[in-house]
Amino acid sequence: MLVHLRRSLVMAVICMIFFGFVYAFAGTGVAQLLFKNQADGSITANGSTLIGQNWSSPKFFHGRPDDTGPYTSGDNPLAANGVSGESGATNLGPRSKVLLKDTKELVAYWHKLGVNPTPDLVTTSGSGYDPDISQQDAIVQIPMVAKATGLSSKVLRTLIQKETNSAQFGFLGSSYIDVLQLNEALAKLE
Amino acid sequence: MGFFFTLLALVVLLGLTWRYLGSYMEAVFDGRVHFFGFVERPVYRALRTSPEQEQTWKRYAGAMVVFSAVSLLFTYVILRIQGSLPLNPQHLGAVGPALSFNTASSFLTNTNWQNYGGEATMSYFSQMGALTVQQFVSPAVGIAAALVLVRGFSRKNSPTIGNFWVDITRCLFYILLPMAFIAGIIFVGEGAVQTLAGTVSIKDSLNGVTQTIPRGPIGFMEAIKQLGTNGGGFLNANSATTFENPTGLTNFLSIYLLLSIPVALTYTFGKMVGSIKHGFALLAVIIILFGSWVAFTSAAEHQNNPAVAAAGIHSTVGNTEGKEVRFGDTSTALFGVASTQTSTGSADASYDSFTPIGGFGLLTGMMMGEVTPGGTGTGLYTLLLYAILAVFIGGLMIGRTPEYLGKKIQAREVKLAGLGALVMPIAVLVLTALAVSLAAGRVGPLNAGPHGFTEILYGLTSQGNNNGSAFGGLTGNTPFYNIIGAIDMLIGRFGIMIPAIALGGSLAEKNVVPESLGTFRTDNGMFVGLTIGVILIIGALTFFPAIALGPIVEQLSHLRFF
Repeated sequence: MLVHLRRSLVMAVICMIFFGFVYAFAGTGVAQLLFKNQADGSITANGSTLIGQNWSSPKFFHGRPDDTGPYTSGDNPLAANGVSGESGATNLGPRSKVLLKDTKELVAYWHKLGVNPTPDLVTTSGSGYDPDISQQDAIVQIPMVAKATGLSSKVLRTLIQKETNSAQFGFLGSSYIDVLQLNEALAKLE
Repeated sequence: MGFFFTLLALVVLLGLTWRYLGSYMEAVFDGRVHFFGFVERPVYRALRTSPEQEQTWKRYAGAMVVFSAVSLLFTYVILRIQGSLPLNPQHLGAVGPALSFNTASSFLTNTNWQNYGGEATMSYFSQMGALTVQQFVSPAVGIAAALVLVRGFSRKNSPTIGNFWVDITRCLFYILLPMAFIAGIIFVGEGAVQTLAGTVSIKDSLNGVTQTIPRGPIGFMEAIKQLGTNGGGFLNANSATTFENPTGLTNFLSIYLLLSIPVALTYTFGKMVGSIKHGFALLAVIIILFGSWVAFTSAAEHQNNPAVAAAGIHSTVGNTEGKEVRFGDTSTALFGVASTQTSTGSADASYDSFTPIGGFGLLTGMMMGEVTPGGTGTGLYTLLLYAILAVFIGGLMIGRTPEYLGKKIQAREVKLAGLGALVMPIAVLVLTALAVSLAAGRVGPLNAGPHGFTEILYGLTSQGNNNGSAFGGLTGNTPFYNIIGAIDMLIGRFGIMIPAIALGGSLAEKNVVPESLGTFRTDNGMFVGLTIGVILIIGALTFFPAIALGPIVEQLSHLRFF
């Protein structure tokens, strides 16, 4: 028993040193050396390309909603799940009255903007800050953006084509558009 | 089409892993791999043990229990005093006692159930020095326990079954550490965050919003989270977040990592007992059950979400609620099935928002006892318990004393295997009944109607099976759920692991009976079918009434919302 206890204490300390700190510090060192930009969070001038923002102006393409309600102004993108600073989904079940009501509100919201929404645009993501939309999600927003910016549908369609990232190696995951990169490219056109 | 190639790539990669990682692990446990000898030998010296010092099963189990108790205490204390420890750039305070107990039990038992949101609760010190450490140690302990049971079959007339300290040390340094480190580099290269620099604020001049983004040493934790079938991520939304799981590639890598060791261990088993065919028979059980669950769960998630459809939006891209665009519906379902059937519990979507049958797929995947392929080590020994029950039933049918790999399966073995198979359902069902009977339990669910019941059932099934995934609507951070959850996890871990080690000890003491014409074959299709039958019948008999009240009612309530 005492032998077990002594060995357990020694092993717990060894494990904390190797698998807690040596592993994480060595990992951080290698990561910072090889992939500094990614390791720091893919930060660009206008925010991280990996964190969705709420785009409220019709001059820009919008991302997917978060669950704090349809596009409240001055929104903190990380205020998902009702808890500030935490990522998370709505966790509403497939037969939830609340989900039905929220979805109807979102549909009405998009219709007001002149957009015929796709499923992605009326449902929240798993993280609460999905930075991406599908090509179709962007295409349905063309009337809204064209009206607000004065750019032709054809120009916008070409832009969307150009900003679409295909699934990795052609088959892993889905094709997607990073909303921040799309809007940065759009701002350059104006 | 993309999903077909995803499955194909997974099958090819896992096939190679089964063959080569399986054979490598056999070499590691046999002491033929030494490239970290300069660390391994000092560890043995510090522990004052050596590979030659073998233990009886009782000493082995004793060492495992005491080491687990010490690990529990270490984790608990670190969480309680994190406010006074370094590496805490967000100045987070101590974690409460009930939550610390639940979390320490959770990471100790390889469950990684999280009643907290990581980015707003845990300091870097806690994430690294307490949680990540257990993410390495708990799979190593699981594999060690599986080794004991396998040695029960591979040895004869042996009073000893290995050395616990040697087994976990080899597993940690030769298997988990190198694989996790390489995977960590890939995660970060794809975009997972790995920094100690704290949160960052950026103003977007186009949009006029300011983002405050939590960061941390995420990518390398992610690697061992998946490889060790742990599942507890740095951030609240787990693998759904881009900082943990940035791309389609990392999503695929996650699925591969969490399946790799549990699948390869069936080869290791075959090699250690001297019959790869027996390992392949277990693999066949895994493939058939896992494949069926992937098929119907991904088909279910390719359907419309009933609430979204009722709001007038019809989808050709499946149920998008709670899912990320970059993964898509079918890959998300594959991730969900892989995560629930390996006792990992990581989530790249909100499982709570899956369609009723999609959620059924995840829930029942755990209810099969985490054997298809199950967690690192835990899956193999639980599957062997079911195999012993299958052999027992087969033996009853033909009227002979059952044998498995030349070992007579007698009353003691059947009792231990039966105990191991029944502990989990009893814990899960009794605690679920308790939770729905008490007001403290009924305030937990977010959703109303049958889905609310499923949230409770899912939570206790997940913890009892040491899975750790959740229907996230359940508010688990209450004293009631923290404590019954911790009890559920500890029973689900040690209530199966200790019988499995005892069984290993009892089998190792036996002699080998020579095979004869009348021996019930345990490496053919008949045995595979019988084992699948045992898994499904035990699971269905114990859980059907509960499932009927949850996802089945929900699926059948057409056009009703709750």
